[in-house]
Amino acid sequence: MSFPWAEEYRPKHPFMRWMDDRLPLPRLVYNSVGGGYPVPRNLNAFWNFGVLAGLALVIQIVTGIVLAMHYEPSVNGAFASVEHIMRDVNQGWFLRYLHANGASFFFIVTYIHIFRGLYYGSYKAPREMVWMLGLVIFLLMMATAFMGYVLPWGQMSFWGAQVITGLFGAIPLVGEPIQTWLVGGFAPDQATLTRFFSLHYLLPFVIAGVVILHIWALHIPGSGNPTGVDVKTPQDTVPFHPFYTAKDGWFAGAALTLLALLVFFLPNYLGHADNYIEANPLSTPAHIVPEWYFWPFYAILRAFTVDFILPAKLWGVLAMFGSILLLFFLPWLDKSPVRSGSYRPTFRIFFYVLLVDIAILGFCGGMPAEEPWVMLSQVATIYYFAYFLIILPVLSMVERTLPLPNSISESVLHGEKAEAAPLGAQPAAAE
Amino acid sequence: MVRILGFLVGLGFVGVAAWSLLWGAIAYVSEPPQETVEHHFHKHARSDVNFTFDGPFGRYDRQQLQRGFQVYRDVCAACHSLRYVAFRNLHDLGYNEAEVRAIADQWQIQVPSVNPDTGEPATRKALPSDRFPLPYANDTAARAANNNALPPDLSLMVKARHGGAPYIYSLLTGYQDPPADLPAENRPGQGLHYNPYFANLNIAMPPPLAADGQVTYADGTPATRDQMARDVSAFLAWTAEPTLESQRQMGLVALIFLIIATVLGYLSYQNIWHGPSSRRVRETGVLDPENQAKAAEAKSDAGIAG
Repeated sequence: MSFPWAEEYRPKHPFMRWMDDRLPLPRLVYNSVGGGYPVPRNLNAFWNFGVLAGLALVIQIVTGIVLAMHYEPSVNGAFASVEHIMRDVNQGWFLRYLHANGASFFFIVTYIHIFRGLYYGSYKAPREMVWMLGLVIFLLMMATAFMGYVLPWGQMSFWGAQVITGLFGAIPLVGEPIQTWLVGGFAPDQATLTRFFSLHYLLPFVIAGVVILHIWALHIPGSGNPTGVDVKTPQDTVPFHPFYTAKDGWFAGAALTLLALLVFFLPNYLGHADNYIEANPLSTPAHIVPEWYFWPFYAILRAFTVDFILPAKLWGVLAMFGSILLLFFLPWLDKSPVRSGSYRPTFRIFFYVLLVDIAILGFCGGMPAEEPWVMLSQVATIYYFAYFLIILPVLSMVERTLPLPNSISESVLHGEKAEAAPLGAQPAAAE
Repeated sequence: MVRILGFLVGLGFVGVAAWSLLWGAIAYVSEPPQETVEHHFHKHARSDVNFTFDGPFGRYDRQQLQRGFQVYRDVCAACHSLRYVAFRNLHDLGYNEAEVRAIADQWQIQVPSVNPDTGEPATRKALPSDRFPLPYANDTAARAANNNALPPDLSLMVKARHGGAPYIYSLLTGYQDPPADLPAENRPGQGLHYNPYFANLNIAMPPPLAADGQVTYADGTPATRDQMARDVSAFLAWTAEPTLESQRQMGLVALIFLIIATVLGYLSYQNIWHGPSSRRVRETGVLDPENQAKAAEAKSDAGIAG
């Protein structure tokens, strides 16, 4: 689609030619993830994580569908049905542990994918729609993961649902009716569990749909690359297949090896012991914490402790949602014409501080709401908002960037002869 | 326009967070947080207690599980249910068919049933297919019999507490007299017992393993209190994760498969990118020494430090 030198789909088998004339589905696949999609030749390992996120989505949908065959969405039966899966269903423990740790895997690769975009300026023109659709996927993932965590109906499930739905209660005037409407009652109960199960089953397919839009939008300008320089000549690209299918293939194997270590040898490491206690509305756990992938946002929520015009709780809720929503405006906040952080020395320092900052937020979010963790999360919250809303816009106006390479192939070849770049010029798949 | 609005929103959040930080810091300095009594006296699970199933390749000791089951049957089962475990699961402990049937048949609590003639509630002897019957009809009955304390189900106890099996062992052997400096309001009240391993220091459960020889082990092992605590902790680790061994076995196979697949995938990747049919192409990136040299040169040209 994206470049004039993209290899055209030429089916050899008569059946494929017949099919191509009637339903060009193989052509679509060929042009999306096959030899017909030219990709910059200089992508580094951080460009593997989009494919990994897609793989994680598939793992979650497959394990989730089978788990749903054995799960019972009722307040009296949910916890016991999870234990039924763990004890009586053949390899049920594998399905459940893969699904639970698969969620963590999904978030790890997605976070790396997002930070890749932040560092290399993947959100900048002409890829704003790719970025914003990705954020929609991220928000849907968070909703899905939250509702999925409620389903086992353990103590953390129940009290997590109580706390998170309670956030909507902070909205002035209409907050409490909205909360009651969302929960289907005055506290999480059967109505909550049933609707969460229904939505938890639905949303992954919505995610899959937005993923298709995300990839579609990506294929219009084509993939970015670590230099941030536009593709100019056929020497700059290689066909996705076999070059990046091979690279994604072995990288997926390595990532799945790490996931297997977690699933088979440390299945409860990322979980919380309290969720092995059945939900009890009369007994509040000492520390209510969400899953680790929500900790940074949970820390931002709890960083606002003093009323200022608005109640502190509302500030926390606004900041928590704002911390993600502001990312939608990032393409217009950061106006620097240089995409890649590799050529923005000052930006790079602030970016690395942001990484540390979010790690601190994550750590504080997992700790009880006590000093000094609250003060630490307040400092980190200040930097988080300052980075995106104040530092980046100002920096993109005043920063002195480094000279960019003339082209991708120049940056790859370092002065070697241009003929030494045969990959894109003569695609192996052409044959 | 976006940047001006963003700047104002940013100032708002930064300002209010800084305002919260200021008040938090003032409170922190004027009234430093006090360590709670529970925090001061609470002890974490002992780290010097080892089990055969520790580590990535550990396995359950069948003899120990059988001894632990005996402790559960003779001591714990009077008050604590094991609702997610069935008698048939005891095969995993090394009991044969007849032994499992005998254990179910002789279980001290019968299974709720219905009299087939009258339809009245009745009870019957347990079968291997039954889960362990509950010692009390409901929570109210359990509280009524236990000084208003509710004995929790033990099926998942090892996974439901920080510290796992060592925590169970520490709790069972951790009963002691309250320390002299324990404030009066934290001293055990009526029907409570001081135990530093319990989160709020005072536990309603009386010391369950009171004397050596409380259980007579079938395999002749001397039933010291330490031995009984150790064995029942191992047994509860099994009830919490009965598939642990097959998890690790399957995990090993999966790891070997994935590592081989990854190596093969890597070799084919190398072959496609740098093999004899495609000429050498070096990858790029900030870590590439030549790129770093170029970047350093460009920086010195532009007069930027670092």
